[in-house]
Formats: sequence, structure tokens, C-alpha cells
Amino acid sequence: MSTADTNVVKLADLPKPQDFRLSETEREDILHEISQYPEARAASIEALKIAQRRLGWVPDAAIAEVATLLGVSTAELDGVATFYNLIYRQPVGRHVITICDSVACYLTGYEATRDALIETLGIQPGQTTADGRFTLLPICCLGACDHGPVLMIGEDTHLDVTPDTVPAMLEAYE
Amino acid sequence: MSATDKTALTHPLTHSIAPDRAPLDFAGYQSVGGYTGLKKVLAGIAPTEVQAQVKEANLRGRGGAGFPTGVKWSFVPMGEDAPPLKYIVCNADEMEPGTFKDRLLMEAAPHQLVEGMIVSGYAIGASTGYIFLRGEYVLAARHLRAAIAEAREAGYIGNNIGGSGWDFDLHVHTGAGRYICGEETALLNSLEGRRANPRAKPPFPQVAGLWGRPTVVNNVETICNVPHIIAHGADWFRGLSQGKSEDGGTKLYGVSGKVKHPGVWELPIGSSGREILELAGGMKDGYQLKAWLPGGASTDFLLPEHLDVPMDYGSIGKAGSRLGTGLMTVLDDQASLLGTLVNLEIFFARESCGWCTPCRDGLPWTVKILQALESGEGEPGDIEMLESMTSDLWMGKTFCAHAPGAMEPLQSAIKFFRPEFEAGIRAAGRSDHGRGDSDVRAA
Repeated sequence: MSTADTNVVKLADLPKPQDFRLSETEREDILHEISQYPEARAASIEALKIAQRRLGWVPDAAIAEVATLLGVSTAELDGVATFYNLIYRQPVGRHVITICDSVACYLTGYEATRDALIETLGIQPGQTTADGRFTLLPICCLGACDHGPVLMIGEDTHLDVTPDTVPAMLEAYE
Repeated sequence: MSATDKTALTHPLTHSIAPDRAPLDFAGYQSVGGYTGLKKVLAGIAPTEVQAQVKEANLRGRGGAGFPTGVKWSFVPMGEDAPPLKYIVCNADEMEPGTFKDRLLMEAAPHQLVEGMIVSGYAIGASTGYIFLRGEYVLAARHLRAAIAEAREAGYIGNNIGGSGWDFDLHVHTGAGRYICGEETALLNSLEGRRANPRAKPPFPQVAGLWGRPTVVNNVETICNVPHIIAHGADWFRGLSQGKSEDGGTKLYGVSGKVKHPGVWELPIGSSGREILELAGGMKDGYQLKAWLPGGASTDFLLPEHLDVPMDYGSIGKAGSRLGTGLMTVLDDQASLLGTLVNLEIFFARESCGWCTPCRDGLPWTVKILQALESGEGEPGDIEMLESMTSDLWMGKTFCAHAPGAMEPLQSAIKFFRPEFEAGIRAAGRSDHGRGDSDVRAA
């Protein structure tokens, strides 16, 4: 078999679209957001956040459904979803750890904290732990430069994080 | 300076902020003079007169560019022929690395921003205001939404506010993270639900902004100053700088990096870097100040010899940098200069929106060269290439100010610390890899 043949991906082998339908509540929440603006598409980020709540990320089927509600094409909404840091188009762990890698945290030693996270979790930035508990991602300046290094776990901001405080900090997240 | 020294007349932006940052509710904010500016406006000051007072106060935009706020407002069509829908937008997308001032104002004094938004909206005849808040500021969103609900209940948001005949609605719009959303026109695209690519100017947002309507975009700190100007007058506001600057007002200044007590303080605009560094207790023991960014990642480095320059737009500009957001990031003598630049340029490369080629392709190239220099693998000509980047990615050659902002720390680092760049260039024949070695092997 030639090298070219091994690189061929058969259509049957491609991942199947996920089975995902917005719940009535999610649909109503999105329609409420749309009603807040003169044009429906202005609610796109908020709608994507609503669609993301249940799984922690946004599957293709949700993109299609939300796009219909917003009156934009699937491609357009996917373009929006993939542009922003806080919308995830791939599965993530139950808790997303976003660690600030900007200059003030760099100067106060965020790399040691990041390395402690890598060691404790056994994953690299961009990856998810095998038990689906944590995903580790870099993020822009979190605006708490007087307390660097800074990171967020879900919606919780953690200040003055050091390698020593990493294990205890993680324990609170099941 | 203790918290008790602060009054509404000396520290308008922070006097109401408690040491634990717990925000005042509507009644509490009113009890320290809150909503005085709005009440004064509603009692019968015409919108154009509010604009005139802000112009007279010499308030310059606190988001980084320093454009005079009253002048910006004056470009908005006013009067009976003006479009019926106009918008006031607060840029609360604080993502400039090294900047942490607006978070304080929104988390700890949300009613101040709400009052500022209402007064600023009145000044330009806006029908609706949006606070474009970065998604990560969860606490700020909660506090602002609570403050908006209270102000609505008090009749300061809604129809026929204070019997003035003016209707105004106010919303918090949370983003989902991208630095470019802080760029005025990219922010408008993001608010409309699009990718946050910048728009071409003209037309300027004041004429055709959100949904094509006249729109003013102002920073959080800028808007927070507005009600105080109306409450106490333009002369008072200009006097707040205590002769340290031609600009008016106080400014939130701060320091991060290896200093003893990093933090943020409200000082007369034009205070010096040295005064701010002293409030931070100076450098940590064992560290010396090597250089500093006066106001975020997109400003040029300054040296210790610049510490006495007044931190205002004009003076810092003359010293070769920009005031930016006014929050100092200090580079200590033990930090790697090239490592810091790699960090800065990776940030800018990652956050490029990709709209224009010089930025999308130039910034990763800059990172590649700097990484080579950092690891001692630089090639002869690399420094000259970086220098040409600082010109080729400059204003007028890119679509917006993102890439030029990325070039500011780089160009100043080459200017002040060229030997450190030269030390990163691989000595001829030292390595087995790369161009140049083939000639050696061939011989």
C-alpha cells in the first residue's frame, strides 16, 4: 500500500454528528437573549454560552440549532464560536483551568505554577485529564496583575497561586 | 495614605470603595454623594451643556489612547435632525496585559459606572447603553447587573427618566474573550454578534457605529469620571491634577512585577513613576529596576532614568512611550529581557484577529526570531529584520493598532538593550545546524 493510500480518510470513518437537541428551557433562554437586541445575531455569544452550559462545550448539532434561532448560517455562527476563547468546540473537562500567561504573571513566575499543574494533572496545556475532571488552557491577562500568578477554575478566580498551593486548590473541584 | 484621607473631592473614583472592596448598594452609594451628578443633569442641564462641561474639564480617555472625551462626544449628531437611535458603549473588555484598574471600579463601585453611563448617555442623546464586559469578570458582571436593577427600580433607567422626557435602557453584554475586542470598532462587531475584526474608519463610530447608528465608545475609568465632573464642576476636575499635568483629574495608577506591595492607587494625573513605585514599597529585596512599561503590554519600555517623568499623555509621549492605561509593569534585573519579549509577542501573535496579513503573519515571525535569539540560535541579520518589522508593522501599514502596539515594547527594547539581542546571535561555526555551517563543512 502506498503512503498516499494510508492518508485517505473514508467518509464512513468521519466522526458522526453528535446527538444534541436544545432543551425547551435552553431554547427559551436563547429566545429571551435575542429579545434584548435590535438584531438577533447580537445574542450569538450569549446563546452559545447557553448551549455550552450542559456539556461544557458546543457540539455541531447545537451550532446548527442556535444558528437557526439567530437567523444566521451555520458557517457564520461557527466562525463566531471558534473566534472566542471561552466558547469550546471540542469536549473539555468538568472544570476548565485557565492560567494567565501574560507579562505580569510571567514576571512573577507563572511558569512554575503551570509546570506544577502539568505535573499534578499529568497533562499538557490544551489537554484534558483521562477522568474528564480538568482541562488546562492558557488565557490572556486576567486583570489581577497585583496578585500574579493568577488563574481561573471555572468561574472562580485564584490569586497569588504558587506551585505549593496548587494541590490543595485542585482538591475543591470534583 | 489611609482610606480615611480620601474624600469625594480628592479621590472621586475610589473614595467610596471599602478596603474589602464590598460594593455599596444604591442607598449606600447615594449616602456618599452618589447620583448627585445625574440629579443635577436631570434638574435641567441640556445634553450639549453636559458635553461642554466634560470638554472644559479636560478629561482625556483613560482606555489608552487619551483622546479628549468631550471632543469625541461632540462628533455625535445632536438636535432634532439627529437619528432617533444612538448608543453609548462602555469598553469594559480590560485585557491589556499588565492592566488591572477597571476591574476594581466595576467590582467595588458598580453604581459609579452605572451613573456614569446614564449621564454620558444623556449627553449624547443615546437611547441605549451597553457595558461590553469581558466574560472572565464574573464578579463585576454580577455587581453591575445588581446595580442596574437598583437604578432601574429608582427610576434612573427606563422611560421618562426623572420627568425629563428622556428614555434610556442599560445592559451588560458579556464577551467570550479576545484581546482585539478592546479595539473600538472590533468591539462593535463583537457586540453585534460577529467576529471581532476591526472596521475601516471613516466612518467613525460617532457617526455610524453600532447597527450603523451614532455610537460613542468610552473606557470604564473615563465614564466613571463623568458624574463627578457634573457634580463638582470642570474647574474642580482640572484642579485635581494639582498642577502636575495640563490634563484634568485623577488617574488610577498601579504597579505589578517584583515590587514589595503591588497594587492600584488613585493619584493626581501627572504623578510620577517614582511616586507610584514608592507606594508599592519599591522593588523587592534583591531586585533592581531594569526597565518599565508605563501602561500595559503595548507601550514602549522606559528606563529608571524616566521615573520622574509625569505620568500623563504628553510627558510620557515626549519620553518616547505612551501612558496607555497608566499601570506600570516593572522589569527587574533578574528577569530575561528576551524571555519577556517572547512572552509579549506570543500574546500579540495569539491575539491577532487575522484580518490583515502584516499582523497575522508578521507577529508569529517576530516570535520565531525572538525565540531563536533567546536560545542563542539567532542569525546575523535577525536584529535588522526585527527593526524592519517595527517599521513594516507600524501605523498605516496594518488595519488597526494591534500590531503597532506589539511593536512598541520591541522597538524600545532594541533601542535600550541591543547588546542583549546581539548576545543571542549564534557565533559562526558554533553549531552543527543552520545556514552558514554548510560552507564550513564543504571546506
